[in-house]
Amino acid sequence: MADYSVLIGGKAGDGINRAGQVIAKVFTRLGFYCYIYYDYPSLIRGGHNFSVVRIADHPIGGRRDGIDVLLALDATTLKQHRSSARKDAVVLYNADLIHNAEGTAVSLQSIVTEEGGSPVMANTCIIAAFCKSIGIGWDYVEEILRSEVPHEIEKNLRVARRGYAAVDIEKHPSFLVSEEPVGEKILMTGNEGVALGLVAAGLDGYVAYPMSPSTGILHYIAEIAEEAGITVIQPESEIAAMNMTVGMAYGGFRAATGTAGGGFNLMTEGLSLAAMAELPVTVILAQRVGPSTGTPTYTAQADLHYAIHAGNGEFPRFIFAPGDAAQAYECAGHALRLSWKYQVPSIILTDKTLAESTYTVEPSNLPDSIPAQPMNDRNLEGLYERYIDAEDGVSPYAIPGDIGVTIKVNSKTHNPDGISTDTAEGVARCTEKQMRKLPAMRQEISDLRPVIIYGNPDAEICILCWGSNAQLCREVAGHLGIKAVQPLALWPFPAGEVSDAVGDSWMVISVEDNYTGQLAELARNHGIRVDLHIPKYDGRPHTIDGLMELLWGMVA
Amino acid sequence: MNQSFITDAQNTWCMGCGNFAILHAIKDVIVGLIEDGVPRESIVLVAGIGCHGKIADYLNISTFYSLHGRALAVATGIKIANPDLTVICTVGDGDSYAEGLAHLIFAAKRNIDITAIVHNNRVYGLTKGQYTPTSPGTYHGKSIPKGVSDDPPFNPLEILLCSGCGFLARGYTQRQEQLTDLIREAIVHKGFSVVDTLQICASFLDIGDFYNERVYVPAGHNPEDFDAACRIVGEWDYDGDAPIALGTLYRKEMPTYEGRFRVLQKNDVERAKLVEKIMRERR
Ligand SMILES: Cc1ncc(C[n+]2csc(CCOP(=O)(O)OP(=O)(O)O)c2C)c(N)n1
Ligand code: SF4
Ligand SMILES: [Mg+2]
Repeated sequence: MADYSVLIGGKAGDGINRAGQVIAKVFTRLGFYCYIYYDYPSLIRGGHNFSVVRIADHPIGGRRDGIDVLLALDATTLKQHRSSARKDAVVLYNADLIHNAEGTAVSLQSIVTEEGGSPVMANTCIIAAFCKSIGIGWDYVEEILRSEVPHEIEKNLRVARRGYAAVDIEKHPSFLVSEEPVGEKILMTGNEGVALGLVAAGLDGYVAYPMSPSTGILHYIAEIAEEAGITVIQPESEIAAMNMTVGMAYGGFRAATGTAGGGFNLMTEGLSLAAMAELPVTVILAQRVGPSTGTPTYTAQADLHYAIHAGNGEFPRFIFAPGDAAQAYECAGHALRLSWKYQVPSIILTDKTLAESTYTVEPSNLPDSIPAQPMNDRNLEGLYERYIDAEDGVSPYAIPGDIGVTIKVNSKTHNPDGISTDTAEGVARCTEKQMRKLPAMRQEISDLRPVIIYGNPDAEICILCWGSNAQLCREVAGHLGIKAVQPLALWPFPAGEVSDAVGDSWMVISVEDNYTGQLAELARNHGIRVDLHIPKYDGRPHTIDGLMELLWGMVA
Repeated sequence: MNQSFITDAQNTWCMGCGNFAILHAIKDVIVGLIEDGVPRESIVLVAGIGCHGKIADYLNISTFYSLHGRALAVATGIKIANPDLTVICTVGDGDSYAEGLAHLIFAAKRNIDITAIVHNNRVYGLTKGQYTPTSPGTYHGKSIPKGVSDDPPFNPLEILLCSGCGFLARGYTQRQEQLTDLIREAIVHKGFSVVDTLQICASFLDIGDFYNERVYVPAGHNPEDFDAACRIVGEWDYDGDAPIALGTLYRKEMPTYEGRFRVLQKNDVERAKLVEKIMRERR
């Protein structure tokens, strides 16, 4: 089985993220599966950034230990990652900054300067050199660069050609059989998956205040906004973002907002408003290390309980937790659709690893389209009351401008006509009406088959996992011959499905990027036994090998 | 609910409260707008939380009874979603000058076509008389038994002028006819408009006599003259003893924020096609 890891590293500003994408593209077009983990501190220039591009002939969704190819734009990269590179690894380094190292020296800066390019083109140079070193023909390199490099392509090609020429050793790996594009695989980050899923489900408006690791969604939707006819607003705060999103919903826009934990703190009052006013909003909560500002660019899964309970009062909500880009696409579409169907908030819980990692997606495996919920699908005839009692708790949705209707929505406890009440009967009725939505919401989740089983379904050891960890656990389960269970929807919690999936495994172990084991606790609260928790709270995702070792330690 | 403009909800404002004057001024303006051909269904009132907010329960039109301080953010979302709506915000002074000040400043900065009517009773009415950013320096309340002289008010109109507010007026609940005209003018104005309304709070700050002695309509004031507007707005600092100008103090026509979103709207089929295209192009 082909399974290789390429690490490219340099300083912030060197275009490392982009370089990783180009490398992945080289192999995706040839039909391989790629996964890119991008690691960077929260700064704009300097520091140490690196991307690990994993390339395999089977589906992957995490990093392995061991580097097969090390591309060092600076000395730090070599110093930090030489030890994790295999003995026989291909090493290419920037000879202008590093002297007397093992491997192949390429004078990146000199080449770029001589060709009159800008410093960031050093990564084009090293990518071309790398391609040569593993025996990829120049024509294919040129083709990829032409499709992937947006600016100054001719200059980039000159720089690339020089890099290509600088390498004479060719170490042709056996997995590279042809340079003919095959298949239809594409690359997508988790953030892009969320964005495209929302668009496919009919998103009209996106309002967000920048905060890592959710910002990619804002940038991406803004980029396609004009073509997609989506209104994108960057407001004065997350408080404004959520309240504008709620206002948009009242005005008839399918709207969403996105943030990380700190911004979500500011949104909870508006989330509660959406619930009380029964206005559909979708919010992406991209988790990073907390509490508070925490570690902005490193991963965590510590906001699950927070998402379930955020906002004052009790109210129904949907929470989805996709684990890769394809799931992000699908879950985002369902989150928007269902929030409109039931007029409740929906939360898409992601984590930094998912949000900013790049995954291989096979578009034909994605659902055709997730039908957007039609606005006025219920009869508005007769006297309109916004919160008229309905058996399933869902009242007809009208929007201002609809002929002959007066729409009174309210953050205060209200009667069916939307006017405030504080009578005992009125208060109880308001809660009961909202809670009556729950049975159908639960059924809706069940209909989506919300729990996925990976590995050996009859195994006696079962991993319980969620979010980005699911793809790692899928691989680990495959290697160890055990089972991994991933709930895609976390609220309403699909207790029956999780319980069935766990079955009568004699040991259930939760793998989560948090200290306390939040999914484990959730499962236990629903009567599902979880025996052990493998915590991780250092901001870094497990590697596949690291996780296997930990599991061995526990079960051996 | 019937077709009248006042609902059956029981009114719980205190006797002599200035909110009655604002309610009826707004109602009269809305009746007038509808007579002029504005569809009733296209008028939306967004209220904050406070005594003023109850107006959402009392007016029989589409309303959004929102959060304390957040009415303008909610209203901004509504107006962007549907620029054809007439969006009016009724907000308190605690509501919009304290809790939600950022949204007020940003609505002015953006020049979104929304009207904010500030029920400026210069106290937190509903929570029983604590001080607000416009409470007079002589004011005492339970949260500041010794008075607010060490934390004097700011002048919200100066803040609004600095923020690019394109329509600024000051009304007074004991000048209901003028108030009605100002609210109408503000709503008709294309762009963000604010009517700071000096409102009598019968229970906590009943200072009608103080206002009656000082309010005046500046003769010959040209609201398009920014410097003149700054001068008049600066006369009274919401604290001391000075003449208090009423009327339209500043007005400037500028492009509105929501205008640029009109062209965007696409239908769902087009969006789904775009997603397919993006995926194809990524190969
Ligand atoms: C977030 C939040 N904080 C506090 C309150 C409590 N509260 C309700 S009304 C109010 C003050 C109202 O003052 P103002 O906005 O001036 O309105 P008025 O009652 O004077 O009309 C406060 C603090 C609240 N509802 N929400
Ligand atoms: S407390 Fe003041 S503002 Fe509130 S209703 Fe009474 S008089 Fe009016
Ligand atoms: Mg007040």
